[in-house]
Order: sequence, then structure tokens, then C-alpha cells
Amino acid sequence: MASLRIGMYRLGLDRTIDNELAQATWLVVPLYNEATVVQAVVREARRVFPKIVCVNDGSSDNSATEATSGGAVVVNHPINLGQGASLRTGLDYALCDPDAKYFVTFDSDGQHRPDDALGMVRRLATGDVDVVVGSRFLDGRTQPGALKKLVLKAAIRFENMTTGVKLTDAHNGLRAFNRVAADSITINQNRMAHASEIVSEIGRLNLRHAEFPVHVIYNDYTRAKGQSIWNSVNILNDLYLK
Amino acid sequence: MDAQIVIKVLLIAVFAAFALILLMPGRGARRLAVRRIALLVLFAAAIAAIAFPQLVNDVARVVGIGRGTDLILYGLVIVFVGNALSASVRFRHQEREITRLARSIALRDAPPPSAGRHSVGDDEPAA
Repeated sequence: MASLRIGMYRLGLDRTIDNELAQATWLVVPLYNEATVVQAVVREARRVFPKIVCVNDGSSDNSATEATSGGAVVVNHPINLGQGASLRTGLDYALCDPDAKYFVTFDSDGQHRPDDALGMVRRLATGDVDVVVGSRFLDGRTQPGALKKLVLKAAIRFENMTTGVKLTDAHNGLRAFNRVAADSITINQNRMAHASEIVSEIGRLNLRHAEFPVHVIYNDYTRAKGQSIWNSVNILNDLYLK
Repeated sequence: MDAQIVIKVLLIAVFAAFALILLMPGRGARRLAVRRIALLVLFAAAIAAIAFPQLVNDVARVVGIGRGTDLILYGLVIVFVGNALSASVRFRHQEREITRLARSIALRDAPPPSAGRHSVGDDEPAA
């Protein structure tokens, strides 16, 4: 009975700590034409994280109002700039909050789990790393198709070679930064190549980093909205043509 | 085959130079200067070709092509590709500036982040 009470007390204490972490965290969500899902995604994430900024990247649907109804702050790009630009804008916005200590990039289509994000913030809060990068391949939960897996694996090998940063998942949208990292990482790649750029920035700035196993939810919606593997060609082009 | 080795080497060298220029992290001044010099050379060549049409034929024979027209065609291709490449470079540059501009507009119009409207208040009824 006593041990149960201590257990419950611990549980309560953990929740308080988690609450404090969540209060010090901004979720940065790039948003482009996701009106059908974004409200639910924001609402779900708000159960854990009170502070969410959606960067509406010139959506042609009512994504912005949906995100606001879900409880997010919406920052509007006057024109469509791309996901990389949205991330940088969202980070810049969140950095204006002096109480913010942790910054998590999170996708608006519902493929990420808020619990994974919280886990990454907990990892970040231990203080020995600047960046925590989500990885689909640290455990067997995520099941991408065979071809997608092949392309992702090739991208990782290529990135390990070119950036000197060893990761197991090259293009995972779920990342957590502390203030130093959020402030110093440059994102010049407006479109999808920003993922590689962030990895190379981690290498260039010598940021201490760790990976965290996350589960990416592939359903018909995320699959339809997700990146076509053809984009790997576009990413190479964006990275190497100045 | 062997007669055309000169023009082959020339054309390959030009395209290799384009690739290098494109991948090099260039400084603005040099890039602009190279563009202007290239343009001047082009004008000079055009005037020379108009004034002395036979010159084009002679040059063509020296580099191993039969006719002057072919030489001009090759030149046209080079100028076209070079122009397309430099246009894409400028476009990227411009895109970066527009991004900066759009971002500052977006942030200026956004509500301040510490406005105190955030609480873990999903359970609480909306006021």
C-alpha cells in the first residue's frame, strides 16, 4: 500500500516535471494545405504541449483557421516559401519567447506522436546534448515500403559521408533543439533539402546530438501527402547547385 | 574524327568551366565581372564575324569544323546554356532575398509569443 502511494507520488512528480518541460517547449509546425487534419493534430499535441506555432506557408485552403481553432498560434507567410523556410520562421518566432528552452519541429499531417516529442524534450533536458533527432530505424515500429526504405538508407549513407554526422535516419521531421541549436542553425534551403542542411549544420557547428527512436505513422493520408521518392533527385539538385 | 578533336576539346572545356563556375561559392564582384567580360567578347566576335564573314570559315577550319555556320551554331548553344545557368543562379539568389523579406513580414504581423494566452487548458472550459 505504502509502495503504491510512493509510486503514485512518483507518477505525480513525473507529470509535474513533464508539465514544466512542456511549458518551456515550443512546437514548431510547418503548415501547408492540411486543413482536413491540422485541427485534430494540433488539438492532440496540445494535450502535451501548450505552446504550438503553425507557420502557414501560403496555404490555399483554410489551414490557418483550422490550426487556430485547434489552439495554435499561426504565423502567416505572405507567399509560399517551402517547408525549410517555414521551420526557420517558426524557430525565429519561438525564440522571441524568453521562457522558451526547447524547440521541437513537428509535422502537421499527423505522422508524429506527441509522446515521442515529449520523450525527446526529456532527453534534451538532461543537458548533455543540443539536438535530439528522431529516427525511424532505431526500433522496428515504423514500417515504410521497401523502395522508400532503400532510398532513405541510401540518403543516410550519402549524408554520413558528406556531413560527417552519423545518423540512422536522414529525413525525419521530428527534431528537438535547445536554445543554442535553435538559434544557430542556418536554414537556407527553402524546400525539402533543409533536412540534409540541418544535419550538415549540426556537423558544422559541432552541436552535441543524440538520436531518439520515434514511431512514424504511415497511413493513407500521410502516404498520399508524404514525400515522393522522386524528391531525392530534387534534394540533390537543391543541395549542390548554388 | 581526329580533325574535330580541337573543337571537341574546346566545347568540353567550356562546359566544364560552366559547371565549375556554377558549383563554386562565388563572390558577387567576380561573377559580375566574368559575365561582363563574356558579353564584351561576344560582341567583339559578332562584329568581327559580320565585318569579315570569311574569318568565321577560317576559324572553323582551324578548329576542325567544315563550315563557319556550324561554328556559329556551336557558339549559340554555348551562349544559350551559359545564359540559362546564370539566370538560374540569379533566381536562387533572388529567392533567398524574397524569403528573408517574407519572413520578416510574417513575424511582424504575428502576435507576440509571450502574450500569456497559453495554458495547459484543454480540460478547462473556454471562457
